[in-house]
Amino acid sequence: MRHLLSTRDLLRDDAIALLDIAEDMSEVQNREVKKLPTLRGKTVVNLFFEDSTRTRTSFEVAAKRLSADVINFSAKGSSVSKGESLKDTAQTLAAMGADGVVIRHSASGAPQVLAQSGWIDAGVVNAGDGTHEHPTQALLDAFTMRRRIHGDAARGRDLEGVSVMIVGDVLHSRVARSNLWLLETLGAHVTFVAPATLVPVGASTWPVDIRYDLDAALAEVRPDVVMMLRIQQERMNAAFFPTTREYARQWGLDDERLLALRPDSIVMHPGPMNRGLEISSRAADSAQSTVIEQVANGVSIRMAVLYSLLSGDREARS
Amino acid sequence: MARIVLQNSDIARALTRISHEVLESNRGPHDLVILGIPTRGVVLAERIGAQIRQIEPGAPADLVGSLDVTMYRDDLAHHPTRAPQRTRVPSGGIDGKTVVLIDDVLYSGRTIRAALDAIGDLGRPRAVRLAVLVDRGHRELPIRADFVGKNLPSSTDERINVRLAEIDGSEEVSIDLATGAGA
Amino acid sequence: MTTTLIRGATLPDGTTTDLLVADGRIAERGTAIATPSGARVLDAAGLVALPGLVDLHTHLREPGFEQSETVLSGTRAAAAGGFTAVFAMANTMPVSDTAGVVEQVQALGESAGYATVRPIGAVTVGLAGARLSEIGAMANSRAAVRVFSDDGKCVHDSLLMRRALEYVKTFDGVVAQHAQDPRLTENAQMNEGALSSELGLKGWPAVAEESIIARDVLLAEHVGARLHICHVSTAGSVDVVRWAKARGIEVTAEVTPHHLLLTEDLIRSYDARYKVNPPLRRDEDVRALREGLVDGTIDIVATDHAPHPEEAKDCEWDHAAFGMVGLESALSVVQAALVDTGLLGWSDVARVLSQTPAEIGRLAGHSHSFEIGSSANIVLVDPASSSAFSTDRLAGKSHNSPYLGMTLPGSVRHTLHRGYQTVNDGVVVDAGEVAAAAMGVARG
Repeated sequence: MRHLLSTRDLLRDDAIALLDIAEDMSEVQNREVKKLPTLRGKTVVNLFFEDSTRTRTSFEVAAKRLSADVINFSAKGSSVSKGESLKDTAQTLAAMGADGVVIRHSASGAPQVLAQSGWIDAGVVNAGDGTHEHPTQALLDAFTMRRRIHGDAARGRDLEGVSVMIVGDVLHSRVARSNLWLLETLGAHVTFVAPATLVPVGASTWPVDIRYDLDAALAEVRPDVVMMLRIQQERMNAAFFPTTREYARQWGLDDERLLALRPDSIVMHPGPMNRGLEISSRAADSAQSTVIEQVANGVSIRMAVLYSLLSGDREARS
Repeated sequence: MARIVLQNSDIARALTRISHEVLESNRGPHDLVILGIPTRGVVLAERIGAQIRQIEPGAPADLVGSLDVTMYRDDLAHHPTRAPQRTRVPSGGIDGKTVVLIDDVLYSGRTIRAALDAIGDLGRPRAVRLAVLVDRGHRELPIRADFVGKNLPSSTDERINVRLAEIDGSEEVSIDLATGAGA
Repeated sequence: MTTTLIRGATLPDGTTTDLLVADGRIAERGTAIATPSGARVLDAAGLVALPGLVDLHTHLREPGFEQSETVLSGTRAAAAGGFTAVFAMANTMPVSDTAGVVEQVQALGESAGYATVRPIGAVTVGLAGARLSEIGAMANSRAAVRVFSDDGKCVHDSLLMRRALEYVKTFDGVVAQHAQDPRLTENAQMNEGALSSELGLKGWPAVAEESIIARDVLLAEHVGARLHICHVSTAGSVDVVRWAKARGIEVTAEVTPHHLLLTEDLIRSYDARYKVNPPLRRDEDVRALREGLVDGTIDIVATDHAPHPEEAKDCEWDHAAFGMVGLESALSVVQAALVDTGLLGWSDVARVLSQTPAEIGRLAGHSHSFEIGSSANIVLVDPASSSAFSTDRLAGKSHNSPYLGMTLPGSVRHTLHRGYQTVNDGVVVDAGEVAAAAMGVARG
């Protein structure tokens, strides 16, 4: 693999290989010495044009556990915010000898532009671009589901027959998109539940069932996984729904809806959560919730991705 | 043309001898851990473990594990990305134990160097020993095997093929002129 | 003045003829015209002769954005593409909303000489959409402005649009509307649909264009005014215009070459060369636009030539500028989309790229049907050639063409503007030579 830009073009076998490598990486996380020498001498740049302490930290830990050198290059307080172009930034990083670039950007497609540009010959990992994709989040979500469902026998398995319900602001969610493509590839069945204002135009042509009524959808589908999406602050005043109170009542995972779930259903959230809005505290902290596991699994997945992109002969990978 | 240097029965005899030698040098099965290096080293480790339990019924049931060294190799950048394999340490861990590493062929010694580093990250054994089915020479590091099935002087343009029933469906060690890169 | 004999050209109607050009006019037409002494002879065997192309929608960028294009470089691009007249859009800096600016643009065009430059006046002061600009002053200036447009921005206030339509009637002018509802397209990046949702680019719904066209044709009907719709891009827009024409409303419409050939699927690359306003649409829109042009619903092809410097495109999609250069490639694209597909013949091409745009823009005495005495604005095209479109074909300042690397048919061999050559054997004639020839015509 040369770059990881999206889950849409990720083949099933490549996805499963990444999940399996992440299993190995997660075992390393349980050892006393949590570090591997694999990427010694490699330089990974975290190029964050958008604030995200959680994702940046996760990539940083992953790179460091593989013994790579990590440089954090964030927009705040750097030349990037002073109007330096992506091109100049990329060429600067290339001159510094970056082997891998982990990029978070508010513009959809920026990682692909960087990967295709010829400005830099580094492996590019999309750490979230606009409302396009967030592939490592989808991979860690799939990893989390696979572990909960298959336990120690997870290696080599896909998610055939697993029913996943993704609830909330699908329109603006790169997490929902990346999850949909990956889950579809892995054989899962996906349902989006959202008010019609937050369903992307044309999503009816995607491999997904679209529902508006959360209670009816939960009762009929009885999903294995319920994934709640974050409602961004800036959406709250943009007429996508009348009030947060109404949203929480219609589409929030509250205590009643939590109790109505199958006891073996799992509850996921990519974080950070708005407790009391899209998810109640009881749901977030229940035994069914995987919120904390998702964070731990994020490091394993990102180690697997960095290993796949940056170890090995670059010629052979391209 | 491949030339067969060890047949089925030769391999069996070699492994039986190694099993005895391991027990002898360890003065019994206590605090012993057998770690095979994937892929064929794991098969050999399981066979040796089974023989040791046969010879010494008191040997611990969870004696054999596997040790993947992919993440510790020094030649990662010279090959396409390798898929790592499973590492599994017996439940008793390796601290204070005698770890016997098992591999099929000992050549440059670089795999064993990687294995020693990997072991170092897993714990602190009392001692680490090395058993191999074939030692073909051409060491590039100061490493030697403690237990050897067969010493097989070879030239670097020859290729040693180890076939084991569990993986390859047949059982033999042969030698031929290398067609591609060596093992 | 030079006399030029064009030998053996194929006219749009399919007949073959010699054309003698003297004193800036077509002096003689027929077979086997004797070569006058000192005449320059152009061998036009196998070449199609068209009246000089007229672009009703060009951005020349001067004054104000000379790093992208100037009147000189933009008209060089026009000549290279076979155009002999261009209408220069008003979104310059300062905006072309006063007699002074439009006269300046017109004068720059005259001294450059590559093509006749007709400035378009802004409908509203500073394109701000608040107050009418001095339309009368521009109409009565030396530039004799007849087309008024806030292109780049939509005249979205209904009352202001009504007043503009009424007021330009006074001067036999026309409002060319850039139909884009601003609220429905805030920060929009590409055609809204399944693909924009997948790519995470903010959608630009077809209805944002169609609803403005629907409103404006009804306003034009109500006040009895002429209306021109810039760059129609959706199947729904074609339906609305077709309905309006059937009702007898005086509306004309244009389509760009790129909307006749390219679709939104190209945007999967996030290559900002494909970023344009209005955005590239779906395959069914392209088909509807071609049909609309064939059945006369759409009157003309106009380039919306929109040059941008490299840095405006060599970046993230969201940050890139809208627009493509189009003058140099327009005829090849029209040939690929419409002629080679059997939808239009060369006489239709002459109509949609020369005669009708000249009529809409009230550009008298420029286009023709090769009658003797016509102003010698002529382009000779080799329709049999085919080549990968490269920067060699671009004669303006900017290289933001979506066709680079694409194989396109046809090439412009010779362009004659008012009788003198601006392109000779596929090469744009030197600026000094063209300027001298233009001055000669002006004196003569």
